[in-house]
Amino acid sequence: MRLAVLGAGAVGESVAELAGEYGHTVTAFADSSGAVVDADGVDVAAALDRKAESGSVGGESTDAALEAAYDVLVEATPTTLGDAEPGFSHVRAALDRDRHVVLANKGPVAERYGEVRELERSSAGSVRFEATVGGAIPALATIEDLGPERVTAVRGILNGTANFVLTRMAAEGLGYEHVLAEAQDLGVAEADPSFDVQGTDAALKCVILANVLSGGGHSLADADVEGIEDIPGAALDLAAEDGRTVRLVGEVDADGVRVGPRLIPEHGTLAVTGTMNIVQLETEHAGRLNVSGRGAGGPETASAVLSDVGRLPPLE
Amino acid sequence: MATVSEEVRAYTVRLELVDEPGELLRALEPIADNGGNLLSIFHERGNVTPRGHIPVEVDLEATPERFETIVDALREAGVNVIRAGADRYGEELAVVLVGHLVDTDLSDTLSRVEDCGGTTITDVSLNGPEGTGEESAARLRLLASADSRDRALETVRSIAEEKDLRVIEPLAGGGEA
Repeated sequence: MRLAVLGAGAVGESVAELAGEYGHTVTAFADSSGAVVDADGVDVAAALDRKAESGSVGGESTDAALEAAYDVLVEATPTTLGDAEPGFSHVRAALDRDRHVVLANKGPVAERYGEVRELERSSAGSVRFEATVGGAIPALATIEDLGPERVTAVRGILNGTANFVLTRMAAEGLGYEHVLAEAQDLGVAEADPSFDVQGTDAALKCVILANVLSGGGHSLADADVEGIEDIPGAALDLAAEDGRTVRLVGEVDADGVRVGPRLIPEHGTLAVTGTMNIVQLETEHAGRLNVSGRGAGGPETASAVLSDVGRLPPLE
Repeated sequence: MATVSEEVRAYTVRLELVDEPGELLRALEPIADNGGNLLSIFHERGNVTPRGHIPVEVDLEATPERFETIVDALREAGVNVIRAGADRYGEELAVVLVGHLVDTDLSDTLSRVEDCGGTTITDVSLNGPEGTGEESAARLRLLASADSRDRALETVRSIAEEKDLRVIEPLAGGGEA
């Protein structure tokens, strides 16, 4: 397949780097300030060198990348809320051209799922978005295999930063601010961690899961979201005395989407540690399924993107 | 052969005993007889459940298969098993409240939770700085009848909202993870 990769952050970069190994060719590669287009295949290493030197992968425009010859648009620009732009317009541009879209950007499928599916119906292209939920974890593929109508509920630990903070607080008896600063030093938390610790990131993933299970109708605005900011160590101590711990858990069921700190058994399946993620599916016939793994990271998330590319049918 | 886990795990069984001589021994026999290794017994003699029974928590080690046998044997012996390992047979649930618990009248909070009907607070543990003015945390263990679980949680949520407290809830639906 010929790939146009939009976004040159950790995920976009890894997709571009690994594409060749998976038998694909990158014909366009764009970051926020420029793009490089080559129908015979972009020299990814050279493009990344240019980005390191001059701040951009190339001198062409994003539009040039959108207009390039490709089979699959890989949308890996940063997640935006509300109108999910410019990601949503990128999705529309590719589908209007009867091209496939693989998303790592959560915005379009969390905030405008119905519109994305409508565009897909009138296109020869398909939309896939495994990488938007739980990084490397094949959560959506598992749901697709089971049949979304046979999955009754989903729970998950879907934010590695929040999980790291809670794990460290419980294990070391340290306060929230202390552990957060440590996470920032380690690169586990961003300089502005609000997206993670306020529960927004986990909520977007749960909204996407809810959309997949129910065929749409959910967005972040309908989710009941609470973060982990300023949870005192005393709360974790009390939980531990009772054989429990606190994790930021997302829950998706017929009642909708809820994300918040929850008491869970300390040694239970859901209590993954550090930056690990887990998705737990309740199914009609298959009981409970757990899938855990790395929920973030460039190559990890890129592997989910490239698995999606591999699932797409050839065009024309 | 099916690969059933032979790993020995620790389990907590919560029992309710009738307050009669020999009851505790009768409850422990099925555990020892079926290959369970007793770790500790917490016998809350002063504490009585709403039904007048004495709660006992038993920690034990066993393989998962043996544990199943132990729970069945306890039931056969007529011992009331409230909770076994991760599976709860009563509706015991824990919540943690965070905030100005003392300033916002903790005893009022507790009595209002109990007043919602069908719910008993079996345990309260408070952790936080001495005195008022600071944020503290409290863990409440509630025993709710099967149909009053949601109402109990709803009550806790509404009191917390009114008093500006945070609630760390158990998972929805009560299923342990």
